[in-house]
Amino acid sequence: MDWQDEGSVLSMRRHGETSAILEVLTRDHGRHAGVVRGGASRRQAAHLQPGTRLALSWRARLDDHLGVFTVEPARARAGILSDPGALMALNSVCALVRFALPERDPHPVLFAVTETLLDLLAAGDAGWPRAYLCWERDFLQEMGFGLDLSACAVTGTAEGLVHVSPRTGRAVSAAGAGVWADRLLPLPPCLRAEEAAAPPADILAGLATTGHFLERHLAPELVGKPLPAARARLVAGLSARVAGGGAK
Amino acid sequence: MSDPGSRIEDLVALMARLPGLGPRSARRAVLHLIRRRGTLMAPLAQALAEVAAHTRDCSICGNIAEADTCDLCRNPARATGEICVVEDVSDLWAMERGGAFRGRYHVLGGTLSALDAVGPDELGIPRLVARVADEGIREVIVALNATVEGQTTAHYIAEALAPTGVTVTGLAQGVPIGGELDYLDDGTIQAALRARRSLQG
Repeated sequence: MDWQDEGSVLSMRRHGETSAILEVLTRDHGRHAGVVRGGASRRQAAHLQPGTRLALSWRARLDDHLGVFTVEPARARAGILSDPGALMALNSVCALVRFALPERDPHPVLFAVTETLLDLLAAGDAGWPRAYLCWERDFLQEMGFGLDLSACAVTGTAEGLVHVSPRTGRAVSAAGAGVWADRLLPLPPCLRAEEAAAPPADILAGLATTGHFLERHLAPELVGKPLPAARARLVAGLSARVAGGGAK
Repeated sequence: MSDPGSRIEDLVALMARLPGLGPRSARRAVLHLIRRRGTLMAPLAQALAEVAAHTRDCSICGNIAEADTCDLCRNPARATGEICVVEDVSDLWAMERGGAFRGRYHVLGGTLSALDAVGPDELGIPRLVARVADEGIREVIVALNATVEGQTTAHYIAEALAPTGVTVTGLAQGVPIGGELDYLDDGTIQAALRARRSLQG
C-alpha cells in the first residue's frame, strides 16, 4: 500500500531514539499517522514541527498498518513561532483536529480552510483572529455540528439575525428571540459574513458561541472527553489582549 | 539462591534501557564489565550507589544537586540579577559548557504540551515568578528550544512575568556557527533574516 499527498503536521512524537511518529492533516487522506525514520534527528526536526506543510509519501505492507512516511518540506511556517497569538491559534487548531477528526477520513474542505488559516498565521496577518473564528465555524460544519445561520428559526427572516439557539445551532432574529433573548448565544456579524467588520469583542462573542457547540455538543457526543486545553488558552489570550487594549 | 545467569540477564535488561544501548550493545557492555570486575565494575557500582543516594533536585532552581541547593545557587558570584530558564538539566549543562552565561538558572522540567497534557501547573512557572521577586532579578533569559512547544512555553512565561516588570528576553534564532545557507531549512533562513543586524558598528 502506498500513496503520495501533501499535508500539514499536527503533531510529532519521538519513537525510540531515532524515529518519530508523525500525525498530519492531508488533502486526500484526512488525518493520518505514520513513522518517519530518522525523524528525531536534528536534520529533520525543523521540517516536523506542527504547522509545516510537507510533501508526503506513505507506504505500508497492509492498509491498516501504521506505515512509514517519507517527507519533503513543502512550506515552512516558521513565522508562527515569533507571534504568541498565532502560536496559540496553531496549537488550538492542531489540538482540535487531533481531538475530533477521525483518522483516515478525507475532509478536503477542512484541509483547505486549515491551510488558508495556517498561511495567514505564518504571514503575520493581523486578521487571523477572525480567520480562526471562521475556521472553528467550518470545523463544526465538517464534524456534523454545523450552525444554520441563513435565516431566523422563529420568523424565517434573513435580516436582523443576532442570536443563535444553543440547542439547535440555528440563527434567531432580535424580533424572534422575544423574552428568550438572554438564553440565546450571541451571533456577531463576523460569524455570518466573511466581509463583515470584526472588532475584538465580536471575535470573542463568536468564539463563545462556537465554543458552546464544541464543548457542549461535539466533545461529549463525538469524543466523550473535555476539549483540549489549547483552545481555552487561546480564548484566554485573546481576552487578555482585549482587556489590555492590544487586540488587533 | 537464584541462578547467576539470570542475574546477568537482569543486568543486561537494565543496561538495555539506557539511551543509546539496545539489547546487543547492552550485552557487550555487561560482558566488558564482568571481565573487568575489580577495576571497573566494582568502582562503577559504588559510584552509581553513591550518586543514587546523594543526588536530588535543587529546591531553588531544579538542577541536580548533592545538597538541598545546587552549587550554582549557593555561589554568590552567580547572583548577577539574571536567570536563564531552560527546559531540562541537559540544557543547563549545554549552557554551562558554552561558559557565556554567568547568572543563575531555572529548570522547568518540560514544556507546555497538548500531546502529553502538560499544563502551566505541571511546570515550575509559579516558582519562577516567586524567584524573580525574592532574588531581585532584573532579566529573565528564556532559553527554550525553537520548537512549537518550546516557544509556546516561552511566550507563556513572558506573559506570566509581565506583572513583575522584569525584562524577559529570548535566545536569537538564525545561522549556526559554521552553517552554510544552502544547507539550512527555510524556517531558519526566515528567522535569521528577521533577526538581521547592522554590520556597520
